[in-house]
Amino acid sequence: MTKVNEQIALDHGLKKDEFKKICELLKRIPNITELGIFSAMWNEHCSYKSSRLHLKKLPTKGTKVIQGPGENAGVIDIDDGDAIVFKIESHNHPSFIEPYQGAATGVGGIMRDVFTMGARPIANLNSIHFGSPQNKKTKNLLRGVVHGIGGYGNCIGVPTVAGQTSFDSSYNGNILVNAMTLGLVRKDKIFYSKAAGLNKPVIYVGSKTGRDGIHGASMASASFDEKIEEKKPTVQVGDPFTEKLLLEACLELMSGDSVIAIQDMGAAGLTSSSIEMASKGNLGIEINLNKVPCRESKMTPYEIMLSESQERMLIILENGKEDLAKKIFDKWNLDFSVIGKTTDTKNIELYFDKEQVAKIPINTLVENSPMYDRKWKKAKLPKKNKIKKETINKLKIKEVLKKILSHPNVCSKDWIWQQYDHTVMGDTIQKPGGDSGVVRVHGTNKAVAASVDSSAVYCWAHPLTGGKQVVCESWRNLISVGATPIAITNCLNFGSPENEENMGEFVECVEGIGEACEYLKFPVVSGNVSFYNQTKEVGIKPTPSIGGVGLIKDYTQMITMDFKETDNLVLVIGKTEGHMDQTLFARSILDEKNGPPPEINLFNEKNNGETLLQLIKNNLIKSAHDVSLGGIITAVSKMCIKGNKGVEFNKSKFYISDIEYLFSEDQGRYIIEIDTVDLKKVTNILEKNSVHYDKLGKIIDNYMIVNHKTKVTIDELKSYNTTWLNSYMRS
Amino acid sequence: MKSSVITFPGSNCDRDMDVALKKFGFNNKMVWHNDNELPKSDLVVLPGGFSYGDYLRCGSVASKSKIMNSVINFANSGGLVMGICNGFQILVETGLVPGVLLRNKYLEFICKNVFVKVDNKNNPYFKNLDKEILELHIAHNEGNYFCTDDQLKEIEDNNQIAIYYSNENGQTDDKDNPNGSTKNIAGIFNKQKNVLGMMPHPERMIDKCLSGDDGSLFFKNLFKNIK
Repeated sequence: MTKVNEQIALDHGLKKDEFKKICELLKRIPNITELGIFSAMWNEHCSYKSSRLHLKKLPTKGTKVIQGPGENAGVIDIDDGDAIVFKIESHNHPSFIEPYQGAATGVGGIMRDVFTMGARPIANLNSIHFGSPQNKKTKNLLRGVVHGIGGYGNCIGVPTVAGQTSFDSSYNGNILVNAMTLGLVRKDKIFYSKAAGLNKPVIYVGSKTGRDGIHGASMASASFDEKIEEKKPTVQVGDPFTEKLLLEACLELMSGDSVIAIQDMGAAGLTSSSIEMASKGNLGIEINLNKVPCRESKMTPYEIMLSESQERMLIILENGKEDLAKKIFDKWNLDFSVIGKTTDTKNIELYFDKEQVAKIPINTLVENSPMYDRKWKKAKLPKKNKIKKETINKLKIKEVLKKILSHPNVCSKDWIWQQYDHTVMGDTIQKPGGDSGVVRVHGTNKAVAASVDSSAVYCWAHPLTGGKQVVCESWRNLISVGATPIAITNCLNFGSPENEENMGEFVECVEGIGEACEYLKFPVVSGNVSFYNQTKEVGIKPTPSIGGVGLIKDYTQMITMDFKETDNLVLVIGKTEGHMDQTLFARSILDEKNGPPPEINLFNEKNNGETLLQLIKNNLIKSAHDVSLGGIITAVSKMCIKGNKGVEFNKSKFYISDIEYLFSEDQGRYIIEIDTVDLKKVTNILEKNSVHYDKLGKIIDNYMIVNHKTKVTIDELKSYNTTWLNSYMRS
Repeated sequence: MKSSVITFPGSNCDRDMDVALKKFGFNNKMVWHNDNELPKSDLVVLPGGFSYGDYLRCGSVASKSKIMNSVINFANSGGLVMGICNGFQILVETGLVPGVLLRNKYLEFICKNVFVKVDNKNNPYFKNLDKEILELHIAHNEGNYFCTDDQLKEIEDNNQIAIYYSNENGQTDDKDNPNGSTKNIAGIFNKQKNVLGMMPHPERMIDKCLSGDDGSLFFKNLFKNIK
């Protein structure tokens, strides 16, 4: 066996003082298997050593929270004994190395996190970010990732109901693939990963263990350099068919009372699953590695413990239930093996060929894992730009609108979501392309809405404001479909925590997220952190992705964004001050990349959102859409396109120019459509709640008429919006 | 009316089909692929999904499942067998319906609403349907129907084409062909018209709040026809 020394520890991604600490904790030098286990448990991905200190500040409790962070996924109460289990997770590094498998196993991993808790997955979402379209890698990465997400999710038979795609040159060397899953479970049938009881059988089920993905989690805890191709073998290979069988088998087993604890083998495979279960139960665990089903011959204990082969689960069963459980897994043609037992030693003890090959006190791996208070730099709020009136006034609205609607970050993403099965399970009542995806809770009148958002540009310009903004946008997207927001999951994608600026971006985005969540009573129940999203020294723009979940009590009250009826009135809720810095308009039309992002006023955000919900509950809203990237006119254009209707804008009487009014990205705003006869009722409620509103215009056929100089047909709007991505991918 | 839906490992529209059949009056039973005998049925459905992970070829492994002997016998004795999506792929692999299903034209999975034109009402599936053009939903990677010229001639001579991809007015141009299928074929019968294979999923179109409601017409009519 290889003798361990400091160099080998460094090759495993451990730092010198970390290796020293391991030797002190063990009071000896670890053997190679033990070193592998330490490196897997102590890497950034598994230990959260740079982020733990800051994540503690996030609000994680609430009346609807059943389970906050720390389990496989978060759980919220949606009444009547039902609960939703959900989480988002990154698979950035593997997807850049091998887009199809990286993205596919990202989807597979997050679904396992959800059904591990006893929930049947009912909806998938994703947030994917690519480099500039001109970058030569972008097209293939996009195609590979989309095929991978579809290839896995479609096969399992879980609808992909919403997502977000963006392009920015900061992702040229590091794309982002964040996958989110929602599952449905009865409140009294939730399963956790905490082991309990002595001498309970430890069961391995699912696929066999192979040599794929060894050290995947360590790979995901380092930056890329020119040797990236060498890392391909660290990417796992997915088999959605096996996962579908595993899903059905696990849910069948969990419908009975045999399972004490269950945990999927995700990052760091058998190592982290066994150690986490034992650690949570304050127990020891003993495993005979000869009993682990292996795909390849002569696998060493080191390889078995560190493999990240997919579609595997570890279960702690009640004594005497082994036969019953085995029958179920046999039926589904899956491997089943009793590989060990729980003990009172509080150690993890591994045996191979009748010899003890590792013995580590579990607390050294978990509680004593390193935690760093990294240095970080506070970001200054950039100065506002003075945008010259003459520059703006020269522009033609129609031409600007064409550029904005066809911008890669605004254009229709049909090409992507038509490759995802979004209707399987027969409960999808709002498809991708709306503000949120919505699925019915099977067999009930309820529906669950979910959306995923990020605003890297705002976070880059000012992390604290950006962090708040993303949470607010998620909140708005749920409200726009008539859902009451309940909780979020977050996927925090950042550069290197060892760089003070990147670490500062992380700290302040988390602070912003925390502040908004606290104020909106929109707690964080699960999530993950992905650092080292950088190639060499260049980090990505800070990109926290927020996955929000809300409840619609009566799904017939769901709202969609398509304009419904000619002669109905269109209003803007929320005040338009004309904030232009960091807007899509400033960045892509004026090529102005400086200045602060739009301010967030949490009072207005909450008040405007809650008031809109009140209007929806009173059946006063025909369609709604939040105003985000591209401003009012972009939001209205999308409502026209979806509804095949036009709008005639009222003559403007604002102190800002038309361009500023139409393209600014002030926050907390929505476009709503109402029936003329309801105008008084609507404005009464808005005024009573002190919500600012503008009467924007009325719905007409065929045209969007902004002013006497700007008249656009709906077909033109459609062609601006739908052409870019299709022609880009087919060229 | 008794129906049976077969669950293969990897089927994922079996529950949706069960829900749809029950909604329109069928007394439906789920049947496991490893069973020997079909329960007494007036209709057998092979549902959509990815049976055996689509490994080897879509539908090929499932077509050799234990229960399929019984399904094939049932079909050959005149029983109604309907294969949707992956079920259609399985039917093709058994040879109960002619032709093959290749990968879609652009080599991409397609999930969207399509219109189909019902061509032939002289059969238990579409008889008395009071609509010629239905809006249904497709979700597949291998739905590009292909057959030889000789087969096509035979299919046409026997009126075996069940539905065509079309536009909302029933025109069957190339631009309304989502996946490259020969002649816009979306569904096909065996010679006797008791076996139907089609790519669109009527079971996903059974409520106005879903992608549409034309699947309801199909199931209601089917139930009446069998009764």
